[in-house]
Amino acid sequence: MEIKFWLNGKKIQAETEPDTLLLDFLREHGCCSVKRGCETANSGLCTVLMEDRPVLSCSMLAARADGKKIVTLEGMQKEAEEFGEFLANEGAEQCGFCNPGFIMNVFAMLKELSDPTEEEINEYLAGNLCRCSGFMGQTRSILKFLEYKKAEKEEAKGQ
Amino acid sequence: MLKIKEYVKVKDLEEAYQLNQKRTSCVLGGMVWLKMGNRNVGTAIDLSGLHLDTIEETEEEFRIGAMTSLRDLETDARIHAWTGGAVKESLKHIVGVQFRNCATVGGSIFGRFGFSDVLTMFLAMDSYVELYKGGILPMEEFARQKRGRDILVRIIIKKVPVKTAYISQRNSKTDFPVLTCAVGIEAQGKVRVAVGARPAKAVLVKDEKGILRGFSQMDDQQKAAAAEAFGEYAAQTVVTGSNMRASAQYRTHLVKVLVKRALKQAGGVDSGN
Amino acid sequence: MKYVNQPMQKKDAKALVTGQPVYTDDLAPKDCLIVKVLRSPHAHALIEEINTDAAMKVPGIVCVLTYKDVPQERFTFAGQTYPELSPYDRLILDRRLRFVGDAVAIVAGETEKAVDKALKIIKVKYQVLEAVLDFHQAKDNTVVIHPEDNWLAQVPVGGDNKRNLCASRSESKGDVDQVLKECRYTVERTYHTKANQQAMMETFRAYTYLDHFGRLNVVASTQVPFHVRRILGRALGIGASNVRVIKPRIGGGFGAKQTSVAEVYPAIVTLKTKRPAKMVFSRYESQICSSPRHEMEVTVRLGADEEGHLKAIDIYTLSNTGAFGEHGPTTVGLSGHKPLGLYRDYEAYRFSYDVVYTNRMSAGAYRGYGATQGIFAVESAIDELAELMHMDPVKFREMNLTKEGGKFIGYDGSTWVTSCTLDQCLERAKEMIGWDEKYPARDLGNGKVRGVGAALAMQGSAIAGVDVGGASVKLGEDASYTLSLGATDMGTGCDTILSQMAADVLETDFDNIIAWGVDTDVSPYDSGSYASATTYVTGMAVARACQDLREKIKELGASMLELSPEEVEFDGREVYQLDGEKKVSLEAIAVKGTCGNNTSLQASATASSKISPPPFMAAAVEVEVDKETGSVEIIDYAAVVDCGTPINPNLARVQTEGGLAQGIGMALYEDIQYNAKGQMRNNSFMQYKIPTRQDVGKIRVEFAPSYEESHPFGAKSIGEIVINTPCPAIANAVYNAVGVRIREMPITPEKVLMGIMGDH
Repeated sequence: MEIKFWLNGKKIQAETEPDTLLLDFLREHGCCSVKRGCETANSGLCTVLMEDRPVLSCSMLAARADGKKIVTLEGMQKEAEEFGEFLANEGAEQCGFCNPGFIMNVFAMLKELSDPTEEEINEYLAGNLCRCSGFMGQTRSILKFLEYKKAEKEEAKGQ
Repeated sequence: MLKIKEYVKVKDLEEAYQLNQKRTSCVLGGMVWLKMGNRNVGTAIDLSGLHLDTIEETEEEFRIGAMTSLRDLETDARIHAWTGGAVKESLKHIVGVQFRNCATVGGSIFGRFGFSDVLTMFLAMDSYVELYKGGILPMEEFARQKRGRDILVRIIIKKVPVKTAYISQRNSKTDFPVLTCAVGIEAQGKVRVAVGARPAKAVLVKDEKGILRGFSQMDDQQKAAAAEAFGEYAAQTVVTGSNMRASAQYRTHLVKVLVKRALKQAGGVDSGN
Repeated sequence: MKYVNQPMQKKDAKALVTGQPVYTDDLAPKDCLIVKVLRSPHAHALIEEINTDAAMKVPGIVCVLTYKDVPQERFTFAGQTYPELSPYDRLILDRRLRFVGDAVAIVAGETEKAVDKALKIIKVKYQVLEAVLDFHQAKDNTVVIHPEDNWLAQVPVGGDNKRNLCASRSESKGDVDQVLKECRYTVERTYHTKANQQAMMETFRAYTYLDHFGRLNVVASTQVPFHVRRILGRALGIGASNVRVIKPRIGGGFGAKQTSVAEVYPAIVTLKTKRPAKMVFSRYESQICSSPRHEMEVTVRLGADEEGHLKAIDIYTLSNTGAFGEHGPTTVGLSGHKPLGLYRDYEAYRFSYDVVYTNRMSAGAYRGYGATQGIFAVESAIDELAELMHMDPVKFREMNLTKEGGKFIGYDGSTWVTSCTLDQCLERAKEMIGWDEKYPARDLGNGKVRGVGAALAMQGSAIAGVDVGGASVKLGEDASYTLSLGATDMGTGCDTILSQMAADVLETDFDNIIAWGVDTDVSPYDSGSYASATTYVTGMAVARACQDLREKIKELGASMLELSPEEVEFDGREVYQLDGEKKVSLEAIAVKGTCGNNTSLQASATASSKISPPPFMAAAVEVEVDKETGSVEIIDYAAVVDCGTPINPNLARVQTEGGLAQGIGMALYEDIQYNAKGQMRNNSFMQYKIPTRQDVGKIRVEFAPSYEESHPFGAKSIGEIVINTPCPAIANAVYNAVGVRIREMPITPEKVLMGIMGDH
């Protein structure tokens, strides 16, 4: 079957099978940042944005992306570098395998919650597993990033 | 691995219903459960073009489309206010935000899963399911039925003033529950106590002995005593079983504790236990 | 020192945070054959008949292999230095199936769908045999798991395949029984830990192809490229020289990838078909047929005198190596040697063990490597002993813990304590948690009780006299340095910390170092990243190689200045005359190196250590227990580590936090269960719950560095020790909170509640 959708801002049109999962489709179409961590929707490694909302691409048929706007980390390189700097400054990126899904969900969170508390962060990102970092460094990086963004906003206001 | 021969995004409920009469057909919910199985699906029926993904509020009821995501239900301010946060509490422990953005209310209810937080919660409210052919059924009746080939259209919560509470016991924060308990205390006096993840699917605990009669009129001390007594009673009547997460014996103990706590919480009695 | 002990960003950070395609499956050619394995449904069976005709006819299927198609010499998947202590007890495919999930057949095809279809229609007739599932009943059972005559132990480790015994041994000092008899206080307790999964986010995977020489190239997510080279050479009967192993970025290892779990399957397909092939383990496979922690039951006897001096330690470990012996004879050693190293001045000890085969998944290497199991037992028993004496368990530890300059008694990695701040670690951990105010517990009055618990830990730094670190460094034409490594960065950041050391020795900018590895054809030999070896022994090799290179730079610079090397010095930027004005820049020397030059601007070094100086750690945890449900919440976890000089404080901290979280998972959530048929029930992340960020509570880490003289920068190790404290510390805290002693991991709410109910 044929599907058409916006992938990272570009309209694409492709043939797919009715049972192809969005995760596999995206990897086949060059979005290797999208990783598979499990078969049970538990790890969050495959998180992408669909219509600005974080979803598990492992649990989504490619067919269901038809007509939708899908964004992967490939489509948010600038933002990834900006936030990634904070993650790397904690050494919390570690093996990196969970990073893309985690970072996509961080972006989703920041769109939804303007000034999340540590508890809200832990709740929003609970579906993103990480086996290396113990999570503390990830949280530190988010809190520092929020501070930085706040300061940036303040500065913009001041000018 | 899930295999699908044909994918149909249906134009209306009739088409969905007709396609679904074949045994090999399957209505797609959020797919988080479906895709874990090894099913061979002939026709996958997608309802996502039918605008069933919204929550409407009328004078009498909330009408929750079957394709509404768990996340939308969780973050709906009207439902949140109406249930005093209980619905959110029943959803927020389910895996993660991305998962709840995929999983649908219809899928959760239709599956009648034993572990279902969602079913437990709805059982404690004056809620109904609307089926395309079968019409409107009380949630409890629907929960008891076997899966059929009808199409679940929406869930309805009657706006009977109610105080609700939801508590689950989990071995880890986002794991399946070891036990769930929801309580709804209506202003007119009716009290619903639902217990789920026994690990079999949720049931309502009938107050055959009238322990909770006049519960909302009791003072705190009486409520606490009634909650305690009903907890004991529920532990005697609710059938529990063992699975990987806990034994029947432990679950039965939890029935007592969670029922007591949820009744006290919904009844506005202070203290965490 | 400019870079050592600085929180440098990881060199690969940018690629990782922007999701670049740098992992095995991202790099695999699109035309790879997809390889999958048919798994045994039985815990113990013989294949009577296997018919692959129908499977071969599935369109797209290229190859189906059975036990009839593989070499018949046994080998081990264990990634260890040759001769491996793990027995040679495997074939690629065997007629005898030894656990649920054991490999029955290998299928390769053009698409995953074709392969899945073929797997379903391979016809196998099994002769189902009685299985040995309980490791207590394994030794000398009439059911023998490895009856084959070509079972081979290259090194005698007390094993006997006809007795289901992989290894067995006893060692002692003094008369333990006599000393215990004379002790005023003694305890004897048995503790049980399960076969936890490392659960790294990237499952096992590898792809293979033949190069233009016809050699087998293997790109694998492995911690042990050089060992994989040897293992495949033997398993496939082609010799190591015909194998090249390349390690790209790895999505976590934790020891799992110190075993060659996946590589052999695509490798044999490539050899048979001459085509590229790849195997990516599903999470299901990673859970049921991989290389988890050895299940152990550790019985501890401790004795102390009237004043609280520890007098004797007796440890017996029963270890379950599962169907195969990978890391069986070695992990068990740490269950005794590491806890024995934590205490001083005791008069006698005995440490004995049996490692048995069972019809369960083979175990392997997992962070902590036996120490985790032994330390849980001994550190719990210490609390139980102190309780008997009505003594604060921290006080007991303060009186008895190992101190710098003292002698090790039962530790096999060194005879004396070269560097140790364990006393300071404990002191600080106590302060951080507020021990004196909080011990043993506070009832919050709402049905909840908060208790505190403490534990000590140690590990080693490389295997003494065995592990080899290698490094090679060269000066490029543009005055940059390329550091070639055989150690395997698996996310830990060793490429980065080794570059920090190199930059300091070479007195150059950190950014001027290119770190690169691993390719067994060109990287210097390194045993690989395991046994907490890399910072310590590879660090030594890096320092040596860089020092050598400095001499060569001086030599070439001196000759350019027409001086002798003794007359010049090198400061990282230029070679200059010691008493005079002449100088030449590094840039000029680098260019000279490429033109009319006879001096090599490249140096290699190898390092091994006769001692394995342990890092030390103390932890104190506060937990909250719900008396009505048995739920345990971690309120605060305070840990203080002596890893010698932390080469990169950020990465050392994250290692510690990550290890603690993993340990917390083992202590509270990760509950391995088998059913009566020998099927592992925790076969997914849905059923095997590793901690989420909501489960780990608050973790706080500090360092109390000693200085380890045997390392060029005073460093020891950090990677493994960090997983060792949560099991005992949390168990001790739960006991202090509600008086329930949990001796089997994990500490589930049900166990706690049943304990509470049993008491009242």
